[in-house]
Amino acid sequence: MSLYQVQKFLYQVNRDPALQERYLADRGGVLTPYDLTHEEVRALVEPDIGLLFHLGVNGQILMHFAALHQIPWADYLRLMREGIERHGPVREGVYAVTGYEGVPELGTEED
Amino acid sequence: MPLVFAGVCSHAPGITGRADQADPAVRNAFYDAFGTMRASLEAARPDAVVVVAAEHFANFFMDNMPSLALGMADRYDGPIEDPAWLGIDRVQVPGDRDLSQRFITEVMQGSDVAYAEEWRFDHGIMVPLHFLTPRYDLPVIPANINCQGPPLLPLHRAWAFGESLRAAADALPERIALVGTGGISHWPATPDSGKINEPWDRDFLDRWAANDRDRLLDYDDLAVYAEAGQGGFEIRTFLAVSAAARGARGTVHFYAPIPIFAVGCTIATYALAGG
Repeated sequence: MSLYQVQKFLYQVNRDPALQERYLADRGGVLTPYDLTHEEVRALVEPDIGLLFHLGVNGQILMHFAALHQIPWADYLRLMREGIERHGPVREGVYAVTGYEGVPELGTEED
Repeated sequence: MPLVFAGVCSHAPGITGRADQADPAVRNAFYDAFGTMRASLEAARPDAVVVVAAEHFANFFMDNMPSLALGMADRYDGPIEDPAWLGIDRVQVPGDRDLSQRFITEVMQGSDVAYAEEWRFDHGIMVPLHFLTPRYDLPVIPANINCQGPPLLPLHRAWAFGESLRAAADALPERIALVGTGGISHWPATPDSGKINEPWDRDFLDRWAANDRDRLLDYDDLAVYAEAGQGGFEIRTFLAVSAAARGARGTVHFYAPIPIFAVGCTIATYALAGG
């Protein structure tokens, strides 16, 4: 479990167009400097937005990674919901620390 | 010069990036309120505006996270996000390194801050500037309170930071304006995006308008998270402006939950003495 490393990669790729190009060309290769589990590598390579949210990635970092993959806003929200349904509550990070228990109520989103 | 302007506004990226998906009547009323705030800001004839933001991992990360930071550069680039996603073109925003350095030196009399000679603006600053200084012709001094990665600055320290900003503005010969940007209750970029606790927001804005220090500090983060989401941590930016306004009464010019913008959209200002 290395949420810090996952978020570090996402933070760096979000703000570095050159790293974005390298990532899109060789998704696994750019991840080698980071201390990641196989599960985390898979989530970043696919990408599996729902799993990344379940692992604890902050949405303020994750939404830009979704945008990099041209994932529309409504699909981004849906993928996170599906990740919680599939994998369970957020494991770690700001949402877990503060008691995040998933998505008890849906339907407030207009889109 | 004494501080010449103090106000707060929302900064959610949907305000510009998903503008076409909102109810046009509510959206336009909100935009009009931004226009009124812009007119008030311009009428104050500021030499620079300090924007107190809660940035979202554009510049600062958990490898070296400052609780408080101020920018010290002659120019800033933004937005860091994809311009099409945010609905704001990439621009260069003017800063003033010399003014920033003098301002930061004064702020340090009361608060420990990091300073940054590089700073790329994200939506937290770009959305407000898009409406308030759309010609990007007013020097900006960016300020940041870490509202994203716990441990977070205690609220009373955010208040003290606001007092330090006021003291710094008052100590310099330039006319300084202050704009705080953030959400009240919201769950940004999560599956709960679009959820807004309107009663909680209105209660907070009552406290803000009254500039009631005791009631504004009467929150704890676990309760804020439960009732107002992690976006509620950004009340720190609003508190800093309250402290800087030193007991002035505030007016909430606009408040409306706009779910597709993922926040209760807010425009509010303080009537400063002599302003």
